[in-house]
Amino acid sequence: MGHQRYLQILGLISAVIAVQLFTYYTDTGHHLTQLTMSAYYSLVIIGLCLLIGYAGQISLGHAGFFAIGGYISAFLTTHNFLPYKDNYFISFLSKSGLLASREDLYGGQILIFHPWAACIAAVLFAVIVAYLIGGPVLKLKGHYLAMATLGFGIIVYKIVLGTEKFGAADGISDVPSFVLLPGVEITGKLPVRIMNYYVAWVIVIICMIILLNLINSRIGRALRSIHGAEDASNAMGVNTAKYKLNTFVLSAAFASVAGVFLTHYNGGIGPSEASVMKSVRYVAIVAVGGMANLWGALIMGVLLNFLSLRGYFGTYDDAVFGGILILIMLFAPEGLLRIDLFRSLKGMFLKISDSKEKT
Amino acid sequence: MAILEVRDLSRSFGGLQAVFNVSFTVKNGSIKALIGPNGAGKTTLFNLISGFLKPDTGSVLFNNQKIHGLKPYQVAGKGLSRTFQHIKLFHKMTVLENIMIGRHIHSKAEFISGMFNLPWTQREEKAIRERSLEILNFLGLSEMADAEATSLAYGQQRIAELARALACEPKLLLLDEPAAGLNMRETAEMAKLIARIRDMGITVLIVEHDMSLVMNISDEIIVLSYGQKIADDIPLAIQKNSEVIRVYLGEEDA
Ligand SMILES: Nc1ncnc2c1ncn2[C@@H]1O[C@H](COP(=O)(O)OP(=O)(O)OP(=O)(O)O)[C@@H](O)[C@H]1O
Ligand SMILES: [Mg+2]
Repeated sequence: MGHQRYLQILGLISAVIAVQLFTYYTDTGHHLTQLTMSAYYSLVIIGLCLLIGYAGQISLGHAGFFAIGGYISAFLTTHNFLPYKDNYFISFLSKSGLLASREDLYGGQILIFHPWAACIAAVLFAVIVAYLIGGPVLKLKGHYLAMATLGFGIIVYKIVLGTEKFGAADGISDVPSFVLLPGVEITGKLPVRIMNYYVAWVIVIICMIILLNLINSRIGRALRSIHGAEDASNAMGVNTAKYKLNTFVLSAAFASVAGVFLTHYNGGIGPSEASVMKSVRYVAIVAVGGMANLWGALIMGVLLNFLSLRGYFGTYDDAVFGGILILIMLFAPEGLLRIDLFRSLKGMFLKISDSKEKT
Repeated sequence: MAILEVRDLSRSFGGLQAVFNVSFTVKNGSIKALIGPNGAGKTTLFNLISGFLKPDTGSVLFNNQKIHGLKPYQVAGKGLSRTFQHIKLFHKMTVLENIMIGRHIHSKAEFISGMFNLPWTQREEKAIRERSLEILNFLGLSEMADAEATSLAYGQQRIAELARALACEPKLLLLDEPAAGLNMRETAEMAKLIARIRDMGITVLIVEHDMSLVMNISDEIIVLSYGQKIADDIPLAIQKNSEVIRVYLGEEDA
């Protein structure tokens, strides 16, 4: 079991390298940009897969958490705090080394948050928001939960759209690069495109390992039991409310981390990232991926986002994902790439070959 | 010594008094049966004891500790586990995985340790799996370990639910109609099983309509009618109790 997990991860690593080499030798390196963006989006999707597929709790508001991450880090790393430098709090942050000065577009000096500080603040804020709304909202079930999380998503969208400081309809641009480690930075600059592709995928691989471990642990089993029969799970001693909340918060953290990184990669963020259509898209991808199937979610997350970002869906982009969701709900409400489906197909195949051998 | 003590427990739903002023005790190491006509309030009483419902008034003491007002998972943690009248196995999980959930309260891995697959969690997982297999063996279900639990035959699903509750290693086991839907042979086997569980030192409180099973294995029987306790005695005395006979005959007349 455990070995299989690591073999799969090795497969993923090989695929990531193979794709990069392929683009190198076919001179299609420009695809790496969309593959990098898709990698970050797939962080939202695998986190959501844990929530929907394993714990059985729907969220139609995860674009909200993505946007909270993206917008807060964008704001803190672009807004000039120099005018407030005498403010007690800002001067304290400045002395602690959390702020950095840099040149703005016009050559003036501005005082901004260090991207690491902004990142931590953004994810922390998303986590706190997730705790606050998750507590009451996760008492709801089924479509009530869907509507409540949808409401949350709409609120975030309206806030970023209506806030002058967040650039209203234009969003925030000129977000600086994020130096993760000396020499490793998240940025969309062309000379480091290959490095950024690998940075994104290393992050995805780490997150996949963490989630694969989790779903194969005592907690993963408890989450599936909540999905399978919540009352019985509680009667077996599982603190269902706490586990649902923790999972919700964890998936929100994943979404906000994705928001932070992608915003630095793109150099900005706009309100469409917070839109309900984005939330629907994430849910649709989890559904095509097979609901309780992290690998399916990852593969579909990369594939569909890549196609979308490359413009294959044209002006029907959002409609495609809405359509996917309708089709899945009609014909495969338990998800498309279902693990048990593969198992039963395999079983059927074995039976057929068995009976052939006998005759 | 009483392992469970229920005092003046009442609960109503709207205008309906489902359980009214019920008091009784369950002796440690015994099998006590709870019988009564449909709608008498037996399942409601189980829900009150196991934390699924809050009583309007009254108290529930488990090992002299009050447990009313606790959440079901907290009650389970104290050593009280239950099965359900309408089988509630975990969908899309194998029989073994269902039983492994029963080991939840005896294991510790939380989110962080699970995410990093720490060495001690691997040892813990192995222990959970082994103990669960032992329990499946004990109940004769080990061949079905890898089958999806909800795909089992009805009688086996009842046994799987029992196995899951046993995996909690409870001190008190509440069984809500464990023989419902079973044929005669299966019912007899279930009766033997429950007696064996008692012999392992687990106290059993059982709701059951099958009189042969109840009379055979119970040390004591409580009779509930319209939410009220009308008798609480040994099986022989219950069989002769005129009030009990009236309630049951009355039901048959209707
Ligand atoms: N959650 C609830 N809301 C409203 N009424 C309820 C609820 N649970 C039980 N009742 C009512 O309380 C009464 C007692 O129900 P209960 O399920 O406890 O009976 P029971 O003795 O277990 O019956 P059976 O033998 O049919 O299982 C019934 O009239 C039932 O309709
Ligand atoms: Mg009942």
